[in-house]
Amino acid sequence: MEVTQILLNAQSIDGTVRKHAEDSLKQFQEQNLPSFFLSLSGELANNDKPVESRKLAGLILKNALDAKEQHRKFELAQRWLSLDATVKAQIKTCLLQTLSAPVPDARSTASQVIAKVAGIELPQKQWPELIGSLLSNIHQLPANVKQATLETLGYLCEEVSPNVVDQDQVNKILTAVVQGMNASEGNNDVRLAATRALLNALGFAHANFSNDMERDYIMRVICEATLSPELKIRQAAFECLVSISSIYYEKLAPYIQDIFNLTAKAVGEDEEPVALQAIEFWSSICDEEIDILEDYGDDFTGDSSIPCFYFIKQALPALVPMLLETLLKQEEDQDQDEGAWNIAMAGGTCLGLVGRAVGDDIVPLVMPFIEENITKPDWRQREAATYAFGSILEGPSPDKLIPLVNAALTFMLSALTKDPSNHVKDTTAWTLGRIFEFLHGSTTETPIITEANCQQIITVLLQSMKDVPNVTEKACGALYFLAQGYEEGAPSSPLTPFFQEIVQALLAVTHREDAGESRLRTAAYETLNEVVRCSTDETAPMVLQLVPVVMMELHNTLEGQKLSSDEREKQSELQGLLCGCLQVIIQKLGSSEPTKYVFMQYADQVMGLFLRVFACRSATVHEEAMLAIGALAYAAGSDFAKYMPEFYKYLEMGLQNFEEYQVCAVTVGVVGDICRALEDKILAYCDGIMTQLLKNLSSNQLHRSVKPPIFSCFGDIALAIGENFEKYLMYAMPMLQSAAELSAHTSGADDDMTEYTNSLRNGILEAYSGIFQGFKNSPKTQLLIPYAPHILQFLDSIYMEKDMDDVVMKTAVGVLGDLADTLGSNAGSLIQQSLSSKDFLNECLSSDDHLIKESAEWARLAIGRAISV
Amino acid sequence: MAPHDLRRPFKRPAISDQQRRREISLQRQAQNRRDAQQHARCLASTLLYLQFPQAEPASEPELELESVPEFQAEFGTELEVEFEASPREFDIRQASKLKGSQARKWFAGQLMLPEWMIDVPDQLAQDWYVFARPAGKRCFVVSTNGTTVSRLRNGSILNRFPSALPNGARARDASGSAQSYSILDCIFHESDQTYYVIDMVCWRGYSLYDCTAEFRFFWLNSKLAETGACDQPSYYHRYRFCLVQVYNCDQAGLSAAYTGAVPYVKDGLIFYNKHAHYQTGNTPLALVWKDENCSQYVIDTDSKGQIPSQQQVVLELQDNGNLTTSDDPPVVFGFLDEGFVQKSGLHPGNLLRFAISEGGLSFVDGKLARADLKYLGKSNRARAFADSYSKVVFQHMARHSPLQFDDLLASIGSSIDQEDKPSEVEMVG
Repeated sequence: MEVTQILLNAQSIDGTVRKHAEDSLKQFQEQNLPSFFLSLSGELANNDKPVESRKLAGLILKNALDAKEQHRKFELAQRWLSLDATVKAQIKTCLLQTLSAPVPDARSTASQVIAKVAGIELPQKQWPELIGSLLSNIHQLPANVKQATLETLGYLCEEVSPNVVDQDQVNKILTAVVQGMNASEGNNDVRLAATRALLNALGFAHANFSNDMERDYIMRVICEATLSPELKIRQAAFECLVSISSIYYEKLAPYIQDIFNLTAKAVGEDEEPVALQAIEFWSSICDEEIDILEDYGDDFTGDSSIPCFYFIKQALPALVPMLLETLLKQEEDQDQDEGAWNIAMAGGTCLGLVGRAVGDDIVPLVMPFIEENITKPDWRQREAATYAFGSILEGPSPDKLIPLVNAALTFMLSALTKDPSNHVKDTTAWTLGRIFEFLHGSTTETPIITEANCQQIITVLLQSMKDVPNVTEKACGALYFLAQGYEEGAPSSPLTPFFQEIVQALLAVTHREDAGESRLRTAAYETLNEVVRCSTDETAPMVLQLVPVVMMELHNTLEGQKLSSDEREKQSELQGLLCGCLQVIIQKLGSSEPTKYVFMQYADQVMGLFLRVFACRSATVHEEAMLAIGALAYAAGSDFAKYMPEFYKYLEMGLQNFEEYQVCAVTVGVVGDICRALEDKILAYCDGIMTQLLKNLSSNQLHRSVKPPIFSCFGDIALAIGENFEKYLMYAMPMLQSAAELSAHTSGADDDMTEYTNSLRNGILEAYSGIFQGFKNSPKTQLLIPYAPHILQFLDSIYMEKDMDDVVMKTAVGVLGDLADTLGSNAGSLIQQSLSSKDFLNECLSSDDHLIKESAEWARLAIGRAISV
Repeated sequence: MAPHDLRRPFKRPAISDQQRRREISLQRQAQNRRDAQQHARCLASTLLYLQFPQAEPASEPELELESVPEFQAEFGTELEVEFEASPREFDIRQASKLKGSQARKWFAGQLMLPEWMIDVPDQLAQDWYVFARPAGKRCFVVSTNGTTVSRLRNGSILNRFPSALPNGARARDASGSAQSYSILDCIFHESDQTYYVIDMVCWRGYSLYDCTAEFRFFWLNSKLAETGACDQPSYYHRYRFCLVQVYNCDQAGLSAAYTGAVPYVKDGLIFYNKHAHYQTGNTPLALVWKDENCSQYVIDTDSKGQIPSQQQVVLELQDNGNLTTSDDPPVVFGFLDEGFVQKSGLHPGNLLRFAISEGGLSFVDGKLARADLKYLGKSNRARAFADSYSKVVFQHMARHSPLQFDDLLASIGSSIDQEDKPSEVEMVG
């Protein structure tokens, strides 16, 4: 059959036809990839073909070049690069040719495919003529070619990283793009494509933004575009400004006044999509300044890379009224709509960020608005006033806020019970939550919750447990932060007298018929969790009573028969919440001896329920049950051994779950818990566990974030089974060594990569610590001597690299001590010979971090002993 | 290229409780891993053999032995046999978990006991520290798991109380594991209810047994105050701890220790060799010296608190009739013939009390040549050990030709100007 027909059939509404077509395409691809690609690109380029088959041809090509998953992405790139050069040339010609197709969809699809090919080839220094030939298109007459070319340049900038494009070519791209945006460009499609292309190209323009003339020009063109008669162009132009605000914050000073005027106009007069971008510009500036000021606060070294220009502070007198105005533009029922995002929400969010950026200065500008509107008959005014109050609670100092909160609290509590508008109640409950989150707790000197008002606050919040779902959900949030403020660890809590009542009320919420709306049930369980976490010894008996209650709930979820897929999903969600709740309870009760002892009477039953939950099979439940089992293992200690025969298969299943890497990661953590609980009793299961962990490490499908915990887990196992780890040394050590080599250097990596590398180093070092300590005092320590030089080299190189974080530093200096401790004089001489051990140790000894210092002090003792022997 | 989604979180807490549960779990696991590692590290570094106390109670400076017979009874010879038969590996961490009589047995004999100074060591000024010993009960103070226990030299409990030492009270202590323990060597001074800390054996789970005195004092000085243990007593800190001023044993230091004002009642001077590790039982690398100016208890008293007209000693009867001290190897002070032994119903192993008659002790080349002993009878049943050689000799000298403070000063000489060296120890290659 002809390819066009197959492509059309693949979009048929008839399932059989579609399936057949998909199979044919698959077969074709497997039999002859080059000719498959050639026919697809030919289809896409052929103006005589139907647009549907052309689009799908392009889409299949695009998907054959790129994938989300890192490892697959790499494979696809390699596959493309290994194609015959003439085939690739032919495909590329087809693609470029399609840019002049009369049908917009074909052009647009080709643009995306070209960008994907560029994403693979440009970093390899291939397809050098691409940008040149695209730029030559710009000067062609037909507007559609120009539009498609600009779109292609935009996608290209999205795909490839700036460092693979020469500055010369960047200049040309920017020139073409900015020209296309210019008001003199008559065609709106071209202008829109150019504006959107600029958005992606901004990341390439560092050199140009450092040049005053070029930057002025680009900024002028963008600002003009915000005034275009075409809505989409205005929107895209503001989007460019948003992007510039974070990439080129430090270059904005000369333009900020003009931009303010443009945003004010947009917020006041323009349509919502444009107004939202205009507000986002200020939110984004707030983000920048909050970050910079936080850096100042941390450690003001004077050489902080970007100074704060205090744009928000300067704009404050005009900015705040503009934002307050937006608060009055609420939509009915926006609280019930999960996906809602409107100008009132954006304005309120921005107001909150402004408060965080400027602190106290915002308060006098907002208070008159609140006072004027809070008692008005129109619910919009009352809600806006309340929202404004809630928004500014984070940022200004407690000194400034507490008197205001004290004055407002009674009013708020009465609004939460009596206001006729659900919208106002919702925002009031949210505001109370914010009050408790930021102003209630042991850190504030004058408590806002006192013996006098505590009773009333709780009464009102519990009354709201019977309100409409969205209001109850916010009231749960308020209770959550109320509990959090009475931090764990204090001998008694003011919540104690209300504990039983609060727990009952929350359990009642979980049973409401409408508990599925507004994530109400989730909120109630989460609040219950926090109430339990922050409870004190006084209420331990009541927490204990909760165990059979939650167990019964979990038991009930297991009784349902023959569920529809929708019901099954709800069941598993509920199981997740209940397992989560049990986890919190177990961890709480397990943290002190007397309560742990009493809790353990339930251990068999609880474990039985977890095992049944596993048998239901659902990923999220799996994870929650696994987390809960970790807590149980910690509480049970060596008694956990009796559950192992039945539990082991689920442990293995969890370790094999590559797709849901969170589940895999959680399971790896639980292996550690079990090691510490069972110690050498885990030996019988170690072959299976080690095999699976080693497999996971060798797999390139497993999410990389799971690998560091797996290394740490080696350490847990070795510490538990001691010299019995011997048989795994020949597998584990080479893996550790090669991972160590990979993670020794980070040069040129970005922050994310450095962070990951450090977590990898920490895992590797924890493995070494566990192995060395595990072998200590055994006659087999000799087996470890051959590995010592490599480990010292690794420590040397990460020390030289100077990019260790505190956690790695602590673990690394500990490993130095472990080497000395276990190997004694054998390590002593190696350590003395090593390049940097002494400097490293001294640096750690003078560290401000007490964990580093503590480890270093121990290492010093161990090394001192090893050397003096 | 559609516009990007610019929604921000609205009226929602930024973090989900599920994420929080995950993070709390991870934190707990990381903390547990740290604890397990630290446990392992401490095990390794403090492996000690459980030895039944070979310490001789009589060699202790304070001589209230007669007045506290009950503790002597706790470790009879039958226990000795039991432990010697199977010397078990034991570590301090396990010891810190021991309860009741087990703990008593273990802690008895763990203190480092100074010998009596009967001649002045060489290099006193270079290699030794000196400090004025507070009068009172020598004890170990162990803090772990939210409580603090002080144990006398025989292992019995003196006090159980909350303290500001690491993990010494149920108050919140953010740093370190709850199970880590600290052990201090102290003297409890009754009149001001203060523990004077004279040495540090373990700190936050780290053993200092194998460290030099120089290092231990440095550590003690830099660590103790950090905890607030030296603060005034409070609800969570029942007794005050106090450091003792330790001097380099040069002329200035020695004089300061001898004559300097201290907040406690002095009971002699203690000398520590700077390079010596903490060694359980008797050691010649720690010495005690007294005279009437700095101690109320120079010459032994009897059970009524009177000074007997003749010096009394307790010696052990051996199979061959020899009378020996508790030293290892024992020093022979005399001999009982078989006839006397049989007639008096004595058996080898008996501890016998003698008076030293007019003939006194004679020395040749610094070694004991003859002792003029007069048999008095069996010693108090509570006694477990004979006197040590250094004790007998010191007591003898105290009665006849005491080692004077001036002798100590003179031995240092005036030649070397000792500077107050900081006792910092560096890792040396």
